[in-house]
Amino acid sequence: MSVDILMPALSPTMEEGNLAKWLVKEGDQVSSGDVIAEIETDKATMEVEAVDEGVIAKILVAEGTEGVAVNAVIAVLAEEGEDPGSVQAGSGGAPAPAPASAPAESAPAPVPAPKPEKAQETAPVSAAVPSPGKRVFSSPLARRIAGQNGIDLGALSGTGPNGRVVKRDVEAAMAAGTGKAGAAAAKPAASGGAPMAIGAGPDPRKIAGQLDMVYEEIPASGMRKTIARRLVEAKQTVPHFYLTVDIELDALLAMRKQVNAAVPEGVKISVNDMIILASAKALIDEPDTNASWAGDAILKYQSADVAVAVATDGGLITPVIRDAQSKSLSTISAEMIDLATRAREGKLKPHEYQGGTFSISNLGMFGVREFAAVINPPHGAILAVGKGEKRPVVRTTDAGDELGIATVMSATLSCDHRVVDGAVGARWLNAFQKRLENPLSMLL
Amino acid sequence: MADTSYDLVVIGGGPGGYVAAIRAAQLGLKACVVEREHLGGICLNWGCIPTKALLRSAEVGHLIQNAEAYGWSVGNVSFDLDKIVQRSRGVAKQLTQGVGFLLKKNKVPVIEGSGKLAGKGKVEVTDKDGKKTVLAAKNTLLATGARARVLPGLEPDGKLIWTYREAMVPESLPKSMLVVGSGAIGIEFASFYNDLGVDVTVVEVVDRILSAEDEEISALAHKAFVKAGIKIMTSAKVTGVKKATDSLTATIETADGKTQEMTVDRLISAVGIVGNVEDIGLEGTKVAVDRSHINTDPYGQTGEPGVWAIGDLTGPPWLAHKASHEGIIAVEKIAGVEGVHPLDTTGVPGCTYARPQVASVGFTEAQAKDAGHKVRVGRFPFVGNGKAIALGEPEGLVKTVFDDKTGELLGAHMIGAEVTELIQGFGIAKSLETTEQDLMHTVFPHPTLSEMMHESVLDAYDKAVHF
Repeated sequence: MSVDILMPALSPTMEEGNLAKWLVKEGDQVSSGDVIAEIETDKATMEVEAVDEGVIAKILVAEGTEGVAVNAVIAVLAEEGEDPGSVQAGSGGAPAPAPASAPAESAPAPVPAPKPEKAQETAPVSAAVPSPGKRVFSSPLARRIAGQNGIDLGALSGTGPNGRVVKRDVEAAMAAGTGKAGAAAAKPAASGGAPMAIGAGPDPRKIAGQLDMVYEEIPASGMRKTIARRLVEAKQTVPHFYLTVDIELDALLAMRKQVNAAVPEGVKISVNDMIILASAKALIDEPDTNASWAGDAILKYQSADVAVAVATDGGLITPVIRDAQSKSLSTISAEMIDLATRAREGKLKPHEYQGGTFSISNLGMFGVREFAAVINPPHGAILAVGKGEKRPVVRTTDAGDELGIATVMSATLSCDHRVVDGAVGARWLNAFQKRLENPLSMLL
Repeated sequence: MADTSYDLVVIGGGPGGYVAAIRAAQLGLKACVVEREHLGGICLNWGCIPTKALLRSAEVGHLIQNAEAYGWSVGNVSFDLDKIVQRSRGVAKQLTQGVGFLLKKNKVPVIEGSGKLAGKGKVEVTDKDGKKTVLAAKNTLLATGARARVLPGLEPDGKLIWTYREAMVPESLPKSMLVVGSGAIGIEFASFYNDLGVDVTVVEVVDRILSAEDEEISALAHKAFVKAGIKIMTSAKVTGVKKATDSLTATIETADGKTQEMTVDRLISAVGIVGNVEDIGLEGTKVAVDRSHINTDPYGQTGEPGVWAIGDLTGPPWLAHKASHEGIIAVEKIAGVEGVHPLDTTGVPGCTYARPQVASVGFTEAQAKDAGHKVRVGRFPFVGNGKAIALGEPEGLVKTVFDDKTGELLGAHMIGAEVTELIQGFGIAKSLETTEQDLMHTVFPHPTLSEMMHESVLDAYDKAVHF
């Protein structure tokens, strides 16, 4: 009995991935657990393990193929006693999905992309996946092709009469790899010319062509497309507002010196580690900010899972320090070093960068004084941290106001107003400030 | 002096040009039409319309000759060729005047003369007296159409060797005739003259007549024409003619390499068309010409900024309704109308008004397979349709081709009575992108020939009821 090896869903939300590399070739003997391929998802590179043993009879998707749909047959395994030459794709009995060693934490079952319906003898079902709550005008043929290919008609811009979605729109979305059900914000703006991908706006190729501008074209990676899609979604759907406070860091820096003198050789607590911990403690102090908008409810989280933005060559990724409120500075430091290193190598596992209840983006090391960050949905807020620098401060003493010097850091909280109102955000910032300006409280 | 600057100068007042000009006026552009001969072009004056008038006369004659089958005794009947031709000319004249009226109503001036590009943004018009006028044109739409292709050795002489033009206004009826070419034009004249009692032979160089049609339809047409009395030679070509005073002898080479001679009174050359690309000022412009037709982008824009081309002057299919539609697309593009899409030529129906009629839209079965489709084919014969039997027209077929996976109607092909009026039902279906489901759920009135369209769709899915 041959077994189809399917494109695994490496995370609950994964719809497609790039087959980066085959580590086996046709005719190779594999055992359960052998790494047979590397898959590049929208965020990371993952290894695919064989779940059965046998001989790789056929490789159906060449390495380097982009946009392979989850559950597509990528190879066929001939089991013992079977002639690999006679094996055909799809001949496997029960489909044996080969999920890579997906960690147990990413509990929800993978959502397979809707598979093409077989053309039925009588009434072929053409249930194109609808976007909720919006009537989409579309041709019967467009609906059927969309249904067969898992395209969300609501995510498409129709180019037929009165914006009707027609066959060419669905085919353009398929060609561009957009409009998959679930990827709600992917609206190809197919305005006559070549289909454009996520939120491309005016066609820069066309403008550059008209003006003879010289440019280098870098194809968007899975990660870049995800960043584009998610940030457009965030800015279009999340009502942002911003609160900024100045925080004095001298006490924190003094404590950091003491702590670093005390910890074993090789460990070095950074200011950022302390900001992570202070944020987590503040999220427990003011739990209204540790929350998400769920459409018809607010979800308030029990633990502070802090996602920290890490810049990599491929773009931005946000590994998560879970239960940060109950972790020691040395644990946070060690986790952060490990996560950041693997993030830059593209080796993070999905459960390490998914979820989180709050995020932090720190550009202080680049000398940025203050900035406002874009919320990473479904988080209710994100903290943008600027540079700690010596600034003049006015202090009030018994002798009156006097000018002093302090190390000051500006921190800006971007809030999702559906969850976090102004006063709620302000209370959180005050709690965060208190934790940093009285750093010993973090050690309790 | 009149204002001679325009947003759009249309050169050619045929079905492409005059429709484009009217659309331009509707969109608020200042447009004019430059026409050297007759408004309405070949279509109205020497093509689609007058031939339909001739064919109607032939059909009436056919019915009269078969009147007994319908219970009428008519005795001896005869026709007057002059009156048949005069009726046809009258129809053309009426419609040409109609075009003039439409342009006037839309305030589109008609400038009589031959137009040509004369440098950037300029069109020079030469009237019949040789007087030249220069028009300033923000955009120029070339719609000069096409003319009959001439084969070496078969040069039309207006007497023995005819093109469509002489064939449309015969002074006397030849006894025998050779029709070279079996496209729509050749076949319509063959059918017309055959119905008037002329001994007609059709010579076609490829292996079937009406070769643009689905092979099955070609084969049925062949059978029907032979039954009606037309002789057909396929895979054959005329290699030479010897002219006498009132007849000519053609040498015909057949597929097996043998030659034979045939003496006939007249020969009609209907071997395709060439675009009218000469004397329209293309020299020195960036307008690209490929084998007598102008290359354009999908909206009709040529390589020369501000110069557009449509219709027979550009690529196939060479049909009046294609020209009109292209004219509208080009003008809307010029006017900056949003949401303009290129013409999908697979949605352009083609009709041949012989007896029997042939009509089709979209891919033939072979084209669909070549394009990589797994197809479902439906067929329904006229003999299974009540209205066809009542009309006394039991011969014909409605064939439909669907994509097996998506249910897309890829093509429809018909032969038989009135199919040229039926085909547009499938044209709408294609344009609206219906699937077989929508066609099956549509109620077709009984008793009509259109029921065969329904049954053909049902048959593609093995559900035909009446056959």
